[in-house]
Amino acid sequence: MIIDPTTVQAINSFSRLKSLNEIYGIIWMLVPILTLVLGITIGILVIVWLEREISAGIQQRIGPEYAGPFGVLQALADGTKLLFKENLFPSRGDTRLFSIGPSIAAISTLLSYSVIPFGYHFVLADLNIGVFLWIAISSIAPIGLLMSGYGSNNKYSFLGGLRAAAQSISYEIPLTLCVLSISLSNSSSTVDIVEAQSKYGLGGWNLWRQPIGFIIFFISSLAECERLPFDLPEAEEELVAGYQTEYSGIKFGLFYVASYLNLLVSSLFVAVLYLGGWNISIPYISVPEFFDFEINKVGRVFGTTMGILITLVKTYLFLFIPITTRWTLPRLRMDQLLNLGWKFLLPISLGNLLLTTSSQLFSL
Amino acid sequence: MNVPATRKDFMIVNMGPHHPSMHGVLRLILSLDGEDVIDCEPILGYLHRGMEKIAENRTIIQYLPYVTRWDYLATMFTEAITINGPEQLGNIQVPKRASYIRVIMLELSRIASHLLWLGPFMADIGGQTPFFYIFRERELIYDLFEAATGMRMMHNYFRIGGVAADLPHGWLDKCLDFCDYFLTGVAEYQKLITRNPIFLQRVEGIGIVSAEEAINWGLSGPMLRASGVRWDLRKVDHYECYDEFDWGVQWQKEGDSLARYLVRIGEMTESVKIIQQALEGIPGGPYENLETRSFARERNREWNDFEYRFISKKTSPAFELPKQELYVRVEAPKGELGIFLIGDQSSFPWRWKIRPPGFINLQILPQLIKRMKLADIMTILGSIDIIMGEVDR
Repeated sequence: MIIDPTTVQAINSFSRLKSLNEIYGIIWMLVPILTLVLGITIGILVIVWLEREISAGIQQRIGPEYAGPFGVLQALADGTKLLFKENLFPSRGDTRLFSIGPSIAAISTLLSYSVIPFGYHFVLADLNIGVFLWIAISSIAPIGLLMSGYGSNNKYSFLGGLRAAAQSISYEIPLTLCVLSISLSNSSSTVDIVEAQSKYGLGGWNLWRQPIGFIIFFISSLAECERLPFDLPEAEEELVAGYQTEYSGIKFGLFYVASYLNLLVSSLFVAVLYLGGWNISIPYISVPEFFDFEINKVGRVFGTTMGILITLVKTYLFLFIPITTRWTLPRLRMDQLLNLGWKFLLPISLGNLLLTTSSQLFSL
Repeated sequence: MNVPATRKDFMIVNMGPHHPSMHGVLRLILSLDGEDVIDCEPILGYLHRGMEKIAENRTIIQYLPYVTRWDYLATMFTEAITINGPEQLGNIQVPKRASYIRVIMLELSRIASHLLWLGPFMADIGGQTPFFYIFRERELIYDLFEAATGMRMMHNYFRIGGVAADLPHGWLDKCLDFCDYFLTGVAEYQKLITRNPIFLQRVEGIGIVSAEEAINWGLSGPMLRASGVRWDLRKVDHYECYDEFDWGVQWQKEGDSLARYLVRIGEMTESVKIIQQALEGIPGGPYENLETRSFARERNREWNDFEYRFISKKTSPAFELPKQELYVRVEAPKGELGIFLIGDQSSFPWRWKIRPPGFINLQILPQLIKRMKLADIMTILGSIDIIMGEVDR
């Protein structure tokens, strides 16, 4: 058989196409991840702006107003400034730990976004351990803080790192117990949790099934985010800036990014776990019925967009509470913080878990 | 296996002089066992400017602009004591109106000082927001000061035998308006702060000083009154015209940081009461006893010598201090502010010893923060209310 050179060329081009296809597939896999990261970055900019404006409102100031309309771009300007600033290393610190610390803190928080369902089946990874992935991964962040506290060779930083570790250990447990009592009633996949809340409109929210759990979840997530009643690791008046003391430039900024990432993910989880996720939750107005073009593609895109919007609206509305608490309350002391965690939140969340399990047993 | 013996080393932390909550340049060398404070050694002197020595070659009028730099948050009091010393030394009468103006200014200054205590104290505990609120009222007080004296902080307003200038037209009404407004402000602070459970947890039972201890350590002002000693120099010494007003000494029994907070909040409302009464009853008349502009001038000068040629030049009033010594004191917002003054028959004081309340009150700090938590240092230091300008002088 004679194969003419054109055929060979054609076959070769196919194989080239195939390898191209593989690359294309990889790129296609990266697209949602990058989209998510971009979305989160914008989300953080929004939080920073909200925090500045709300705090300005509470403190009777004006807040940022020159960078962009209403100072929206202030966070971007700050970030750019930090990027250009000099990157200082403490002379006798552990440079390696000092450098990885902030990135570990930021990356570990960033990873937990992969299990958050923003819309109807609009989730990066619908894992069946879902929520627990977040809890497991978010425990890595304090290691990063501890690293940076230790690597700074500064006593304030070290104390701050230790405080961060102690605090996140003691508040992880009530947090986990709250999540556990939710996931007992259905699965621990975040998508399933939201679906289970979709039935009775507003009344179907886990907020009503788990009111105690919700409060404890909120308090512990504040402590996890190191927000103000619990911001001991970076307590300015005691530890100068805690583990951030020796940092400058973008590494310093990375801590802020990590803290706001943590705040955003916590309130996203509040929206998902307790506030019905992407469901609009107002009886008689469900989005697909209202528009009734679920069949075609546009309708589905519209539905997903609505889902994302609803999730975000719930999240950002909820964010007002942590932000206002931050600018209203004074700070707890370390021993009071640990007492609250171990002697108050832990027993109550255990009791909550007991209540949930027993009600589950009776309903069976 | 060789197990190394565990050796318990304390962490020595050098807190200050540029730590965010050291109220200036106080430096504390702390021995920490984890979060517990084992020992504390305060180190002073980073803001020492030789204020006492400077006084020895200045006339009183020349020295007046310096004194507002002792306690730069209660500036009227430093001026008052600088004037009261020579006045009492030279037995000079102050006109009634001047005395009333002084009382109004002093009490406004007390409010300003307590306000700028409240904000940082709350910030030390972690509540940042009151810091912004206190500046609203404090700005108004400083506006009043500016209207009357021309300066907001370093006014240079008091003079021997009176004040430098009379109150401008309409000032009394503005001040009355401020009093009405400020009472609502204090009510707002109490609503915001006093019953906050986290605040109460942080301050209740922290830094307890018993009455006996307070007296033995020489504490004064709100520190002393919060420990159950009803000692207010305005009542004890009967200076200026405080006796003509109806007001009470604020005091608490507990002696902890909360009690000191309550005393200071109470003093602010009491000050408003005094100001209101003084504004109502302020008499007319001169604002300065002009006889006291005694010039230390040579008599019978030789014709056409240096002094003679400048005979028509009005030199600055150089009050001559008699050859005597005395100790005068006023109730400053931080406590008993006094000076020990020795005159030497010249216009310069021979010795000018300052007794700053912050310095004396600060001495109890190491004893109070031993065996407390790290975070309590800020609570206790904040409740002592120091200004490094007067501690180091």
